[in-house]
Amino acid sequence: MSTDPASAGSPHPGPAVRCAGLRHAFGTTVAVDRLDLEVRRGEVFGLLGPNGAGKTTTIRMITTLLPAPPDAITVLGRDVARQRTAVRRLIGYVPQQLSADGTLSGRENVMLFARLFDVPRRERRAQVESVLDAMDLTEAADRPAKTYSGGMVRRLELAQALVSAPKLLVLDEPTVGLDPVARDGVWDRIAAIREATGMTVLVTTHAMQEADEHCERIALMHRSRIRALGTPAELKAEIGPDATLDDVFRHNTGDALSGEADGKPADRTIETGGMRDVRAARRTAGRVG
Amino acid sequence: MSVLPAAPPAASADAEPGPLRLTRTALSRIATMCLVELQKLRHDRTELVTRAVQPALWLIVFGQVFTRIHAIPTGSIPYLDFLAPGILAQSALFIAIFYGIQIIWERDAGVLSKLMVTPTPRVALVAAKAFAAGVRAVAQAVVVLLLALVLGVSLTANPLKLLGVVVALLLGSAFFCCLSITIAGLVLSRDRLMGIGQAITMPLFFASNALYPVELMPGWLQAINHVNPLSYEVNALRGLLIGVDTNLALDFGVLVVAAAFMITVASALLPRLARG
Ligand SMILES: Nc1ncnc2c1ncn2[C@@H]1O[C@H](COP(=O)(O)OP(=O)(O)OP(=O)(O)O)[C@@H](O)[C@H]1O
Ligand SMILES: [Mg+2]
Repeated sequence: MSTDPASAGSPHPGPAVRCAGLRHAFGTTVAVDRLDLEVRRGEVFGLLGPNGAGKTTTIRMITTLLPAPPDAITVLGRDVARQRTAVRRLIGYVPQQLSADGTLSGRENVMLFARLFDVPRRERRAQVESVLDAMDLTEAADRPAKTYSGGMVRRLELAQALVSAPKLLVLDEPTVGLDPVARDGVWDRIAAIREATGMTVLVTTHAMQEADEHCERIALMHRSRIRALGTPAELKAEIGPDATLDDVFRHNTGDALSGEADGKPADRTIETGGMRDVRAARRTAGRVG
Repeated sequence: MSVLPAAPPAASADAEPGPLRLTRTALSRIATMCLVELQKLRHDRTELVTRAVQPALWLIVFGQVFTRIHAIPTGSIPYLDFLAPGILAQSALFIAIFYGIQIIWERDAGVLSKLMVTPTPRVALVAAKAFAAGVRAVAQAVVVLLLALVLGVSLTANPLKLLGVVVALLLGSAFFCCLSITIAGLVLSRDRLMGIGQAITMPLFFASNALYPVELMPGWLQAINHVNPLSYEVNALRGLLIGVDTNLALDFGVLVVAAAFMITVASALLPRLARG
């Protein structure tokens, strides 16, 4: 699958996301620099890179959370700077942290977002039940979210992001801190939803293995720039036969992968910990960068 | 780079919302957030009790002692009756200030980001938070007022006046919640905000007429009292609950303007808060 079928004969005009010459600096720290990116409609696109590469900053610009100049970013043809509200309506966003409200039940958490996205009152209840069901949370729906495991919280957040039937699902490190079973659970559900709705998925991760398995195309980000772009197969083929994405990563980031930057140590410490454990792991992951 | 695709068809639906749409969205979001606040309260009723401890101490200990020794002259009304609305306003103040601290926690936890990626104008988001704080304050007020009744304070039973009490509490809480969010937007860290929060709530309380009549204050304190929205809140509550003479139009006028002003300032600082 080194050629890309989606580019030819796509029924939709224009990409799902286009970034041109994106740049963002926090004070003197340049987090994103001269970044050009196109995410095609309907694909699962992975934004990869070590801690501090600028993945979250890029995501936050695309989702209107950080300011972007006019014409720098379009989401499904809408300019992020000029049509912010319209862009927000199209996006389902799951941030890097586990962000469900622990005191509310699962159902209330999802219902909140159905309301915030103006899902019509008539459809609201059915829509909420259907995403809860798709995320296998129907049974746990009446329990407070603080009693959920890390994997359940992530699925709850997916349900929150999906209840508005977004055209673009944006996931920032959806599997960090989850055990392998929970991780597969998240990816399987993303795949199923995409299959059913044809929505575009933009996902960041530093787990190469997962990107290889689940993303159609990936961009490798390092020190605020994109260093490589293509299908996993293309990128691996460039390095040589039998190359893994890890090799591609190492090749493109120099020594950045010497241990802490691939996020694996943090992943391994967590089995089926609750929300708090996963938060702690996430904080560690953040500090490492 | 290649040329941009043609503009999508439904352009009118994509335009930024006008004032009418904005108002409708704001009202809908306020309703949503208030509902969520009630849901949270239902899940955690113990908080209503633990948060009632402090006002209870003020009423039972401070109020009863000072009533007995007649240390503070309040004319024909018993001191405890005079104090009760002040304590009501105080407990609302503490809840509202805490709400601003909570928004920093929400930022750190990613909750704020998620709310900000919904089609909700900043000002509607802040107003919704502000009135949600008010809902909690009102729920707390019910507990405090029941306690006051038990202690023998004679309160109004006029439903219209009680409705006025709810409105005064909502407006006062909205102001202080947004004051706290504004400070959060300036200092950006939870630790600093906690410090500042503690440093301002007590002065706000003591530099108001919650504990003593204005006439007893030294001149400089009276001056502060006149620009302290808490005093207008207390005046309104006192006027409505125990029938003390006050200019309700002025009290509510000040509260409405103060709340609107603070919601505006806080929503201007919200993006900065979310970014930091
Ligand atoms: N709010 C902020 N204030 C100052 N600097 C920031 C802020 N957010 C990010 N940075 C800096 O910008 C750079 C990029 O950070 P970003 O969070 O985008 O990286 P990331 O690729 O998402 O990393 P991770 O894998 O750790 O999540 C880092 O050097 C980081 O320290
Ligand atoms: Mg990140």
